[in-house]
Amino acid sequence: MFTRRQALMGAAATAALTAMPPMTAVASTGEADIATLPREKVTLVAPPFVHAHEQVATSGPKVVEFVLPIEEKPVVIDDEGTTFPGMTFNGSIPGPMMVVHEGDYVELTLINAASNSLPHNIDFHAATGALGGGALTLIMPGEQVKLRFKATRSGTFVYHCAPEGAMIPWHVVSGMSGTIMVLPRDGLKNEKGERIAYDRIYYVGENDFYVPRDETGAYKSYDSPGESYADTVEVMRGLVPTHVVFNGAKGALTGDNAMRAKVGETVMIVHSQANRDTRPHLIGGHGDYVWEEGKFDNPPAKNLETWFIRGGSAGAALYTFLQPGVYAYVNHNLIEAVELGATAHFVVDGEWNDDLMKQVEAPGPIPTN
Amino acid sequence: MPHHVAEAVIGAVAAVALPVAIGLVDWAGSTPGPVPGAVETVAIAPGTIEFPLPGEFLADGRPAAAPSRSVRFDRPLHIMADQVSRAAYGECVTAGACRPADGTNSARAADIPVTGVSYLDAEAYAVWYSRTTGETWRLPSAAEWAFAAGERFAGDPFAVADDPKNPAVAWIRRYEEEAAARREPDPQPKPLGHYGPNTHGVRDMAGNVWEWTSTCYSRVRLDSELETNARTTENCGVHVAEGRHRTYMSDFVRDGKSGGCAVGAPPDNLGFRLVRDDAPGWFARLKALAR
Repeated sequence: MFTRRQALMGAAATAALTAMPPMTAVASTGEADIATLPREKVTLVAPPFVHAHEQVATSGPKVVEFVLPIEEKPVVIDDEGTTFPGMTFNGSIPGPMMVVHEGDYVELTLINAASNSLPHNIDFHAATGALGGGALTLIMPGEQVKLRFKATRSGTFVYHCAPEGAMIPWHVVSGMSGTIMVLPRDGLKNEKGERIAYDRIYYVGENDFYVPRDETGAYKSYDSPGESYADTVEVMRGLVPTHVVFNGAKGALTGDNAMRAKVGETVMIVHSQANRDTRPHLIGGHGDYVWEEGKFDNPPAKNLETWFIRGGSAGAALYTFLQPGVYAYVNHNLIEAVELGATAHFVVDGEWNDDLMKQVEAPGPIPTN
Repeated sequence: MPHHVAEAVIGAVAAVALPVAIGLVDWAGSTPGPVPGAVETVAIAPGTIEFPLPGEFLADGRPAAAPSRSVRFDRPLHIMADQVSRAAYGECVTAGACRPADGTNSARAADIPVTGVSYLDAEAYAVWYSRTTGETWRLPSAAEWAFAAGERFAGDPFAVADDPKNPAVAWIRRYEEEAAARREPDPQPKPLGHYGPNTHGVRDMAGNVWEWTSTCYSRVRLDSELETNARTTENCGVHVAEGRHRTYMSDFVRDGKSGGCAVGAPPDNLGFRLVRDDAPGWFARLKALAR
């Protein structure tokens, strides 16, 4: 594997490494300053939830510490029990969402458990240099590494595993992607520059999976990622996913696990797709303020019906629920939503507003005269 | 000659019941396959049940609970003790009269109920099975299914509307009840008999295979408490399937999981069993004519 990695990506990695100033040289000024910053340890939580955070920073920049263990494990991805050898950050698909403020330093400890079978690393789209950190974080099973980067741009950004050439897409479609949100220090603003805030935040990670089938059409299962590789790449190269799901499995955000809200609450929905374009749509609702590209320095679009998330990016939408009920939140390629799994639900309690909608006449036979 | 009359009649019936598959079936040329081994039936003695009517009911323009009716069965009901198996359905496929069920290729045992079949498939099987046996077999009506299901009959156990000012109250309650109902899904079909017999000796009712009935979907407006004043719109492109809970499925749907709307509790699997009419039906009479 390392021979291939060096052949495929070695040149780029070497270039990036040589471009970086040696860490010891930086330490003379910057390191001393950074060492004086307050530090915060954050415990990550499983999606669709997001760890507690301030929307407006109440202090100056700090160093925010995250620990991210990598776990290879079988995952069930639909209600028929289809299982494939998943690769996860922190045990979840997608990986957990991290929240910091612009100007903070992210200090990440990445751990590749000895029980894993593959080398892994992490590429932060929010970070600058070294392939997003990928060139500095490649670790074998049984190793860990600590990376620090400065969050210089606000927005929602994908992170993902990017170990080497052909391994990159495979690791990503095996589950290794997540999101970091870098908030402006003074919070979110609307198109007029006025402060806006959310009462709740949900993080919907969308994944496309490519599960091989046997000669009878049934999904195959494998004992280890390595055994699944050749078959899986063949399906991947067809570019037609067998599953397109939210939160790691078909139906993962429905029923008992549906997202909740109340009428009058403003909900932030961060939608992340590391590999493939998607188009979120809230059936019966809207995007009041949408950062399609996810970058908060750009003014949000308003009143969107459907928004576009480019593969390899995360976007954010703000919506204030106005009616109670059960809402479907879908990828509005409806084939992917219904047949392949990209459907989540919101259950929203509150009072019905007849002014916004009313069934004036119940269904009945068409009058004959 | 009269034999050909019978063929033509059957062909016409099949054409009505099975427009999708008609291209696959060469009625003139097909010969009946081997007569399947006698299928075990249960005779349920005449009786009466309280039957919550299938369909959607509206009172004063709002969803209302289905009214119940007393339904009397004057004659014994002869119903298959088991759901139609993969093996039995496979004989119809081999004979060229049924389309292969979905998932037939998978390496599953033959002694499990056939699943991945639509209402149209079930109808085609009933036509073929009647022709093969010389008896009159058909899907049960929803009321007959309820009668045979006995204590296992569930109907629609989910809540109906309550707050006239807020339709979402009912939507959310139903959503939560349905979520609770499928908390531990086990959709893999089990061998025949896995769920055991009910008090009538009918096996596997309300297991994880829902069963097609011959009853059409209907929407009924109850003008008052009087059902006789009801105004009904019937849609026979959708039929009632009974099981752990009642569901309504388009006739061509084979996988209930993909047949529902954006929200709602789908059936795990769709299968069927048949009832036998003992009185000589039109088919038997025609066949007698043919001799």
